[in-house]
Amino acid sequence: MKTIVLIKQVPDTETKVKVNPGETDINREGINLVLNPYDEFAAEEAIKIKEAKGGEVVVCTLGEKKAEEAIRTALAMGADRAIRLDGEAFAGSDNYATAKALAKAIEKEGDYDLILCGKQAVDDDSAQVGTLVAEMLGIPSASLVINCEVGDGSVTITREIEGGNQELEIAMPCLLTAQKGLNEPRYPSLPGIMKAKRKKLDVLSAGDLGLGADEAGAAGSKTAIKELSMPPERKAGQVFEGEPEEIVPKVAQLLREEAKVI
Amino acid sequence: MLNYDLAPEQNVIRQSVREFAEQEIAPRARELDQNEKFSVELTKKMGKELGVFGMFLPEKYGGAGMDYISYIIAVEEVARVDGSQAATIAAANSLGIGPIYNFGTEEQKMEWLPQLCSGDGLAAFGLTEANAGSDAQASVTSARLKDGEWTINGSKIFITNASTSMSVVCTVQAITGIRQDGHNELSCILVPNGVEGFTAKVMKGKMMWRASNTSELYFDDCKVPEENMLGNRGDGFKQMLKTLDAGRLSIAAMGLGGAQGAYEKALRYSQQRIQFGRPISRFQATAFKLADCAMEIECARNLLYKACWFKMQGREYSKLAAMAKLYCSEVMSRVVNHAVQIHGGYGLMNEYDVERFYRDQKLLEIGEGTSEVQRIIISRHIGCR
Repeated sequence: MKTIVLIKQVPDTETKVKVNPGETDINREGINLVLNPYDEFAAEEAIKIKEAKGGEVVVCTLGEKKAEEAIRTALAMGADRAIRLDGEAFAGSDNYATAKALAKAIEKEGDYDLILCGKQAVDDDSAQVGTLVAEMLGIPSASLVINCEVGDGSVTITREIEGGNQELEIAMPCLLTAQKGLNEPRYPSLPGIMKAKRKKLDVLSAGDLGLGADEAGAAGSKTAIKELSMPPERKAGQVFEGEPEEIVPKVAQLLREEAKVI
Repeated sequence: MLNYDLAPEQNVIRQSVREFAEQEIAPRARELDQNEKFSVELTKKMGKELGVFGMFLPEKYGGAGMDYISYIIAVEEVARVDGSQAATIAAANSLGIGPIYNFGTEEQKMEWLPQLCSGDGLAAFGLTEANAGSDAQASVTSARLKDGEWTINGSKIFITNASTSMSVVCTVQAITGIRQDGHNELSCILVPNGVEGFTAKVMKGKMMWRASNTSELYFDDCKVPEENMLGNRGDGFKQMLKTLDAGRLSIAAMGLGGAQGAYEKALRYSQQRIQFGRPISRFQATAFKLADCAMEIECARNLLYKACWFKMQGREYSKLAAMAKLYCSEVMSRVVNHAVQIHGGYGLMNEYDVERFYRDQKLLEIGEGTSEVQRIIISRHIGCR
């Protein structure tokens, strides 16, 4: 059983993001980067499946050298080897171009049974890449998975839907995106981090994947970021003091007339 | 050549220990401190799930084969959240595992190190006595060799990790004779917990590190085999100096991590606390304190990492270790003082972590060589004789 886990390195969720005016990326100076939390669920699930069924777990990401820290985290948790896609040709990749590169890398890897990734990255929150990869590979997919049982040639999964859960049986190979609740990711142990140093990490370029100049990076993208801006600052709240009998009518009036919420 | 970037795995180690500390240690730190309770469960979790014991040992002894700075980063990250657990880790590694690994015979290493590295057992280092603190040579605990056995008599005090239910062995420094120059001959002997005549008693009523284990040890005609001698007879003093040099780096890491933690808490609080209609971080009286903290923490980290780098290069690092220990602990002293001041009245309540950091800091200026002893070491190195 071979499981491929797609991961992304993202700013720590506690980071206070800053945008430089006129730029289309956040200010990355001094930002702490971590393995995307939803990808941790994906990695944990893949490792659990390997521990139960045998086989191997291959981690794959598109990212610069710095992204190797996220890769090492997944390897330290117990993944077996990794593929990193890097090179100038990938610069400016949107979700489509990223998915294309990952799909190409997966095709090159071949012989996979399952692909797992987080339901979304917590930086751009697009939640597109996983499903796009499945589409490009022509395999079935399910998003927001909170339970996963691997059977013989298929997986039975539970996924979150509006107001409840849905249970599905999906033929393998397939792609699943992990939702919080799928599992409790283990800590990458310190001995595990050292062992991860010895695990195989291949770096592939667009050329290695057979991607043409117009298929990767900004040229191969369907969208481009025009502008990034910070949300408008919230106005300070109003505090009402006094007896409930006096202030409730006042608040109700303001909620109806100014805030227009009731 | 100068490079301030850590290796990727060192960044991963920092991140991993930070997550563990925030998720597993932080939620329990206050309660364990209040109840003055050493948690076997948490200690085993730190050992088994995270793997913090014996990090810098080769894999053959159960270690992770990491470099020393990775260990220091791990202590720093735990101390950023809680001094007590950082103390357990620092003492277990530097004082417990360190001497056995550095001076033990292969048999001694194979006997003790795997269970210490796995987090099943803890080892301690018995040096300080009631009347022998900074004046370590004033110790009176003695060991006499007769019929292939050492008979140990005496007592030790303020020994970390020696009386928990998972404490398995203590390296005890004892007088084993008189040298030709008339001074006492000091040697280190491994005394397993549970041996007849060896009693380890928990010390309570501590101001700081209340969730760590501190013990008094009593040796009353305690007999162990001759081969429990650690290294060579008469090497006890040298072994102690070498152990304390390395130990100083981990105490420095506790000062650095504690300062970082207190500073972050104070910064966050100052951005949220509104007085006179604005966050107090906008007042220079607060902002300048925080600027000083940030600067001193930066200096402390550079000094400590440099000392570690010297150790890893195999160079003489005793002076830098003393400087790092002294500076990092005094930086933490100034930072926790500012942190409590910035918190105002709330900083005096144990509901706010800076109260605990304020208390935990004080040990760092006293344990493993007082600040005064560090100044003696540094002054001798620079030629004041």
